[in-house]
Amino acid sequence: MTNATKNKTKTVLLVDDDLDFLAQHQILLQNIGFTVVTAESQRQAEELLKTQKPDLAIVDLMMEHMDGGFALCYHIKKLDAKIPVILVTAVSSETGLEFDAATKEERSWVKADVMLSKPIRFEQLQREIERLLSK
Amino acid sequence: MTDTMHIMVVDDEPGMRMGVARALRDFSVRLVDINGEVRFEVEQAASGEEAIDKIHLHAPDILLLDHKLPGMTGLDVLETLAQEKHEDLLTVMITAYASLETAVAATKKGAYDFLAKPFTPEELKNTVRKAAGHLILERQARKLAAEKRQVRFQFISVLAHELKAPLAAIEGYLQIMKDHAAGDDPKVYDHMIDRSLTRAEHMRKLVGDLLDLTRIESGRKKREVATIDLREVTQQAIDTVSPVATPRGITIHMDSPAAVPLQADRGEIEIVMNNLVSNAVKYNRDGGRVDVRLKPAPDQVTIEVTDTGIGLSAEEAARLFNDFVRIKNEKTRNILGSGLGLSIVKKLAQLYNGEASVQSQPDVGSTFTVVLRHTDPQATLAVQA
Repeated sequence: MTNATKNKTKTVLLVDDDLDFLAQHQILLQNIGFTVVTAESQRQAEELLKTQKPDLAIVDLMMEHMDGGFALCYHIKKLDAKIPVILVTAVSSETGLEFDAATKEERSWVKADVMLSKPIRFEQLQREIERLLSK
Repeated sequence: MTDTMHIMVVDDEPGMRMGVARALRDFSVRLVDINGEVRFEVEQAASGEEAIDKIHLHAPDILLLDHKLPGMTGLDVLETLAQEKHEDLLTVMITAYASLETAVAATKKGAYDFLAKPFTPEELKNTVRKAAGHLILERQARKLAAEKRQVRFQFISVLAHELKAPLAAIEGYLQIMKDHAAGDDPKVYDHMIDRSLTRAEHMRKLVGDLLDLTRIESGRKKREVATIDLREVTQQAIDTVSPVATPRGITIHMDSPAAVPLQADRGEIEIVMNNLVSNAVKYNRDGGRVDVRLKPAPDQVTIEVTDTGIGLSAEEAARLFNDFVRIKNEKTRNILGSGLGLSIVKKLAQLYNGEASVQSQPDVGSTFTVVLRHTDPQATLAVQA
């Protein structure tokens, strides 16, 4: 079974305030079969989540509020803890601060399943998505 | 503010140690630099070995160190301390016979001052006063340098982000185009090219603003102060932005006397006017209006630029003039900006003993006011970033 048919019925919520990041990843995710809904802000995403339930969410950490991504992760997990969330961040490469959702303790306050550093490689993103959806 | 400095006196004569402790017990130094008072607490050590042990436990601020000690000499102690890099400790050597040789050796090893034996309590106090003042100044300088490093680090971090984001966008589009990943419609690819060009333009603008800022802050560029006509510079700024304003139906009006002479560096004033006028167009609504008013007075010129644009909340206005502040919301997301323009305007206004401010009402418009006074051609701005 190809990726495109396997992913056919799955919806990905993509949240980032960079419109070009949204446009590009929408194309790339559609190419491997996903239905993609996009939001440009935490507020817009929360609005969308009232009517739609994605199978997976990809959220940028730094939106108009510094921690908008964290807050949105928390919101999604409260809605349905089973929705996998990938938090995308440029934080560590810029500030030297390390965020990682790898250890149990860190996962307890960062409500994301995976954290990826920007710039993200699409192959890596795709691998993480497929791993999370096959769980 | 009262500070306590910790002094350690190292001498093998108990009488000497007691004398120092007594002399400094009720002694205090007023320091104007920190607007405060320093008192002293004296600890004693009878030998160099004992001193080193005690320093390891709790390093004093000032060490009064006798050279002639039973075991390790004072110079030996100095050498040990130099190797251990006690940067925040000042040593005053006490020497019975002020031998030049010892003095030179001690200075080389990092001693700050000397006190010749025998000394009066007054001489001791003077030496301690001098050492304390020096220490406080040195600590302030270190703190300031650390703060500067931190500000610069933050500036560069944000700058890196602001440059990497458009670069990533351009690379993303190039990769999609290379892989023909977006289907067969050429219009889709045309749009990607347009977006790439827009993001590249943003990077170029950012680099340009950054160079302006660096030039202003470094003080390297020689300022050429001459009599310029502010009206003419304003007209030029309006002409520059017209190709953007006209298609959007935005009209720009100038209200100014026939000539507005100002002693200024023309390049600097061009940066100020270009930023103000282009912002007033950028953040305006289609069909809006920009008013530029020049108000000369005997010792100053006031520039007011009013737009009919999106405006700002009070909270947004308060942080607008800082580095890399771009007000991010749905009204501004399609507007290009480096986030440096107004911080540059503010810094330039400071060079002219003036100020920059904004008054605004959301969705009605903003008025930016810049006051310029005389400038000292030698003036430069302390590097703040």
